Amino acid sequence: MFLTISTTGDESSPATDLGFVLHKHPEKAQRFSTSYGEAYVFYPEASRRRCTAALLLDVDPVALVRRGKGKGRGGAPDSALAQYVNDRPYAASSLLAVALRTVFASALKGRCEARPELAERALPLSIEVPALPAKGGVELARRLFEPLGWAVEAEPVVLDERFPEWGPSRYVRLVLSGRARVADALRHLYVLLPVLDDAKHYWVAEDEVDKLLRAGEGWLDEHPEQALITRRYLARRWALTRQAMERLELARLAEADDTEADDLDNAVDEAADTEEKPVPLAQRRREAILDALRDAGAGRVLDLGCGQGQLVGAMLKESRFSEVVGVDVSVRALKEASRRLRLDRLPERQAARVRLIQGSLAYTDTRLKGYDAAVLSEVIEHVDLPRLPALEYAVFKAARPGTVVVTTPNAEYNVRWESLPAGHVRHADHRFEWDREQFGAWARRVGRRYGYGVELRPVGPDDPEVGPPTQMALFTRTAADGTTRPASDASTTAPSATAPPTTAPSATAPSSTVTTTPVTTTPVTPVTKREEGTR
Amino acid sequence: MTSDRTALGVPDLSLVVLVGTTGSGKSTFALRHFAPTEVLSSDFFRALVADDENDQSATPDAFEVLHYVAGKRLAAGRLTVVDATNVQAESRRRLVALAREYDVLPVAIVLDIPEKVCAQRNAGRPDRADLPGHVLPRQRRELRRSIASLQREGFRKVHLLRSVEQVEAAEIVLEKRYNDLRHLTGPFDIVGDIHGCREELEALLARLGYEFTRDARRRAVGARHPGGRTAVFVGDLVDRGPDSPGVLRLVMGMVAEGHALCVPGNHENKLGRYLKGRKVQHTHGLAETVEQLAVESEGFRAEVAEFIESLVSHYVLDGGRLVVCHAGLPEKYHGRTSGRVRSFALYGDTTGETDEYGLPVRYPWAEDYRGRAAVVYGHTPVPSTSWINNTICLDTGCVFGGRMTALRWPERELVDVPARKVWYEPVRPLVPDAPGGSEGRPLDLGDVTGRRVVETSRHGRVAVREENAAAALEVMSRFAVDPRWLVYLPPTMAPCATSREDGFLEYPDEAFEAFRAEGVARVVCEEKHMGSRAVVLVCRDAETARERFGVLDGTTGAVYTRTGRPFFDDAEVTEEVLARLRRAVDGAGLWGELADRAPGSPGRGAPAAGSAPAAGSAPAAGSAPAAGSAPAAGSAPAVPAPGGWLLLDAELLPWSLKASGLLRKQYAAVGAAARAVFPAALSALEAAAERGVEVAGLLERQREREADASAFRDAYRRYCWTVDGLDGVRLAPFQLLAAPGRSLALGPHDEQLAWIDRLVEADRAAAHTDGRPPLLMRTARLPVDTGDPASTAAGTKWWLDLTTAGGEGMVVKPLQGFARGERGIVQPGIKCRGREYLRIIYGPEYTRPEHLARLRSRSLGHKRSLALREYALGLEALDRLAAGEPLWRVHEAVFAVLALESEPVDPRL
Repeated sequence: MFLTISTTGDESSPATDLGFVLHKHPEKAQRFSTSYGEAYVFYPEASRRRCTAALLLDVDPVALVRRGKGKGRGGAPDSALAQYVNDRPYAASSLLAVALRTVFASALKGRCEARPELAERALPLSIEVPALPAKGGVELARRLFEPLGWAVEAEPVVLDERFPEWGPSRYVRLVLSGRARVADALRHLYVLLPVLDDAKHYWVAEDEVDKLLRAGEGWLDEHPEQALITRRYLARRWALTRQAMERLELARLAEADDTEADDLDNAVDEAADTEEKPVPLAQRRREAILDALRDAGAGRVLDLGCGQGQLVGAMLKESRFSEVVGVDVSVRALKEASRRLRLDRLPERQAARVRLIQGSLAYTDTRLKGYDAAVLSEVIEHVDLPRLPALEYAVFKAARPGTVVVTTPNAEYNVRWESLPAGHVRHADHRFEWDREQFGAWARRVGRRYGYGVELRPVGPDDPEVGPPTQMALFTRTAADGTTRPASDASTTAPSATAPPTTAPSATAPSSTVTTTPVTTTPVTPVTKREEGTR
Repeated sequence: MTSDRTALGVPDLSLVVLVGTTGSGKSTFALRHFAPTEVLSSDFFRALVADDENDQSATPDAFEVLHYVAGKRLAAGRLTVVDATNVQAESRRRLVALAREYDVLPVAIVLDIPEKVCAQRNAGRPDRADLPGHVLPRQRRELRRSIASLQREGFRKVHLLRSVEQVEAAEIVLEKRYNDLRHLTGPFDIVGDIHGCREELEALLARLGYEFTRDARRRAVGARHPGGRTAVFVGDLVDRGPDSPGVLRLVMGMVAEGHALCVPGNHENKLGRYLKGRKVQHTHGLAETVEQLAVESEGFRAEVAEFIESLVSHYVLDGGRLVVCHAGLPEKYHGRTSGRVRSFALYGDTTGETDEYGLPVRYPWAEDYRGRAAVVYGHTPVPSTSWINNTICLDTGCVFGGRMTALRWPERELVDVPARKVWYEPVRPLVPDAPGGSEGRPLDLGDVTGRRVVETSRHGRVAVREENAAAALEVMSRFAVDPRWLVYLPPTMAPCATSREDGFLEYPDEAFEAFRAEGVARVVCEEKHMGSRAVVLVCRDAETARERFGVLDGTTGAVYTRTGRPFFDDAEVTEEVLARLRRAVDGAGLWGELADRAPGSPGRGAPAAGSAPAAGSAPAAGSAPAAGSAPAAGSAPAVPAPGGWLLLDAELLPWSLKASGLLRKQYAAVGAAARAVFPAALSALEAAAERGVEVAGLLERQREREADASAFRDAYRRYCWTVDGLDGVRLAPFQLLAAPGRSLALGPHDEQLAWIDRLVEADRAAAHTDGRPPLLMRTARLPVDTGDPASTAAGTKWWLDLTTAGGEGMVVKPLQGFARGERGIVQPGIKCRGREYLRIIYGPEYTRPEHLARLRSRSLGHKRSLALREYALGLEALDRLAAGEPLWRVHEAVFAVLALESEPVDPRL
């Protein structure tokens, strides 16, 4: 909510000329109304040698909340602006950029009626923003401003000096110095303040593209971070709007628990920025699953934990799969799947082959009975170990398909992921990751208990030392019923039934996890191809 | 009426088909003898679909709707009368099929009235005046042809009324179904499969307190209970064992004298067919029975045959609360009468497949059972009994060397005796678990998803919307602790009405006034700890965890948040908290004191039913290795359960322990931004002011804002401190919710706080011994009389002192615990939050007059309603838990609380 622009001068070109360029008198404090509060411009110093203009935006926090509301009854808890406890009144956020444009409209356009030549002149400028929210920190601030000729002095703001273990905050104190036209400097700030902030921009309007083009004229094209700037400035708005509408219930549950909405509503991976790398493994996994299903001669197939529907889409391309049911517990994932598969536009005959339903393997579900096969691709590792027996029961005894295909990461292979620190799991939501021995033991135990034969297959390159990145178990029903084996192993189930087969060293606390791209992100390419190719 | 009336017997649940030509008086007859809504008339349905009751082209559609409505009525168990000509065999065939589909008896009443009379009646009705002349004679011919074949078509009763006089004289008499013994309330002793084990049967009956009558040869030929109890045998009296005739003699004697009821097992059924001379295979132990019967008299064999012939497939007892049958029965078959029902009752549900021993594979019907009546059955030998979904199998394999088991009803106590020896080698080993026993049976999705209505005993029906259930499903499935631990979720709490007090948004006066207005005079103010809500379920030992909650992994309880998520990522930390708490309960001597003290007490209701889990945990059969010792728990009166468990509602501190993510990203971040920006902004303003620029007002205002931001930082920092393992972690219990067989949540808060003080004291003593800081934390409290101004003033002062010292605020609760006012149940608590604490909620600057003025317009209605609904659901979950109801019933209420938590309501309330 505060920044200063300073310049220096001498007798021939006094620093106070800044007042002309900004179109604000150095001896007055002026007030302007904006949608979110009052903006003030005043000059803490105004001499020939040095002149500083300050912009202070006095944000009205209550008005902010009331404006942020309005989506759904009771407001939108996930909207940053719906929080009374909000950094907007203090930090130099997108609101300040809006104020900048309102207050310095003509300066931004490079117009100076009284002294037109001043507007064209590059001045020695120093711009200070004491509290700038910067996603990407000092490092990104440098990458954004240095290519534009600014000398960047930036330091992180500590979160709370009382609790040093909390580390730095997401704010930096930024000082830019250099010689530039005031109009250019203002345009840089106008675009880059929101880009660094990267918060949810309620204010992004339809004409925002034009605004970016205008403000970026002459410098954005050449900027090495152009892609990032454009994406952050514009790209997230549609996704965010949709998301805001879809996650209200979950967000409220998060709020009830003093948890962030993103911690609960993480079924759809938002790190969609980096989609290229994972394709090979995800693709291979899908191929391996389809092979297994073909081998089993399955026609009616359940995809349990279908996520955004990539496998469902792949199955729809083969007519041998006469009925494909995608099941997921996340409503958002299902909506995303439905959108990607374009279910509402499929011809009736195609649409009749596919269904997406919300379900949960923590419960038995009569709708899932009687299918040829069920796929649990990268699903079990998202279930807490103590709750895995319930899933086993729901799938192998209650639903009881002829074939069950289970894939899960091979923890041994993690050493081959360069980006994954030792001892970490591949995805923050993984409750455990098993090595080949653990997975094999689990699969054999489940097979014995429920009357399924087990075949283990590698997925991906089978490393001689650590095995494949993904492991697969192919279960084939042998016993007619799901009764427990009466023999010794079942009568001693008491402690062992729920414990992992052996130790589970990788069932580490989520706090120490790191997300790597290879397995978690979700390629859309195959689906898109199909859409183009078949319809 | 007079004696010229003729009684027509009609089972009280049946499909009555009237048969007669047009004009034969069916509608008049139906209206005279049945309630209007019981009668489905084809004319009415023709009018319904075609606006004209005589439009014959509408007949197919009309009957489709009629059959549909009839199906709905029959499914709901309502007598239904079809008023149509029904002279064609085809139309009757569909009705017979309908009756069979819903397992009710089809009954035909034929109105065989002379054509002349019918024609006259038709002529007198203008709407039928143009009935074509050939219609009536044709219907007559079809009727004549039909009469002889009705019985063969499947009608179980056919009443023929051959004249106008007979029709006039007829009187419908509703007959009770044989299986309907709802008027018998017992108490009952239900005995599992016997299979010729006479000695064990006599031992069991003796243990149950029966006294025998014996014949000259000292053979037991009858038994009665001095307390007037009735024995109920679930069948399979015979085969395999050493003395089937002896068992039959005793049971038949008891039944004949009215001291026992008996339903048939599949073995009686087969024996009956043998005795009737049918050809049956002498397998599965029939050979032994045949041999034993051979030395009995011809007369005895005839009595046996007659006895078996007389048995009714199942009984509905005790006002519909209890169903007894041999092999189990789904709810839709209760009280129904059909071959299908009988077959299910005798053989259970089979999948049509056979296992590796060549025995039929049984479908686990009990897992799907959701009925309110308890179903007690046998048939499938299991090593130990346990309730699943309100059903229990009493066959503990006595003849195979297991035990013979009886269930006392309504006490729900199990009583058993061991087999004297293995009388018969089983073909396959006993299945290790009773259905759903220790398996960790998951719940069924059908119990939680979609739009739901949960019946609560204290607040009526509570509805859950579909989208809220969907969100709850995701959180419950992905993040919650095991549902077997998740027996309760705390309700949300409404704040007091908005205060007009200068500088305050919430103030105690409004809380006191709210209770006074509801007629609650005595309240208790409790300190509101600023941490995170934690529900703790602690078992006395892993054994209890296994027996009572079916959790096998060695954990002894759970600590979870208000949305059911585990509080600690590390299971070891959870166990450490539980161990400390367990020690406090030990030290305070609360295990025994809090458990239901009268598990054996007769009578109905939650406390009695609550002994079910305890009984279930009794070593019923030699299954649990360690458990062979204690002999037949049920027989001794009021044995205190050896285990014990306790469910507590608490606040876990510090707040920063669980909310650190939120703190760092939101609260501390706001503080950091403010702290970074104000020095620069203020010094700039000061410099400008020094230069003489007119910024005095702005400067002043920014200084105030800085002070507010600083107060905000102080506010959240009070609730943060660094912990090391459990050192620094504090648990402040404020309510004990449940203990074995008992919901404690309705009790008065002074009693609650006294218990909790003992826990805190015991923990302090234990910590002192160990030389470490205590875990438990006392809750400060002050009783207030809402009608006494001096008392409420003292309450207000108490609150001001508390909050000035940095406390979050207080919760005001009715001292009596559960309270009911004129408008229904009263809020269980109203929170009144401190002025500084609310900065965390409403923002650093909320105390500025211009902000407060706007913030005062907040709407509390929805929050209050939500709080009451969630409270009622929480109590319901605890009641169901205490009553030993099936997991799905407890889970249904808990799930609903979670779903309601996702309703849109101002989160700052």
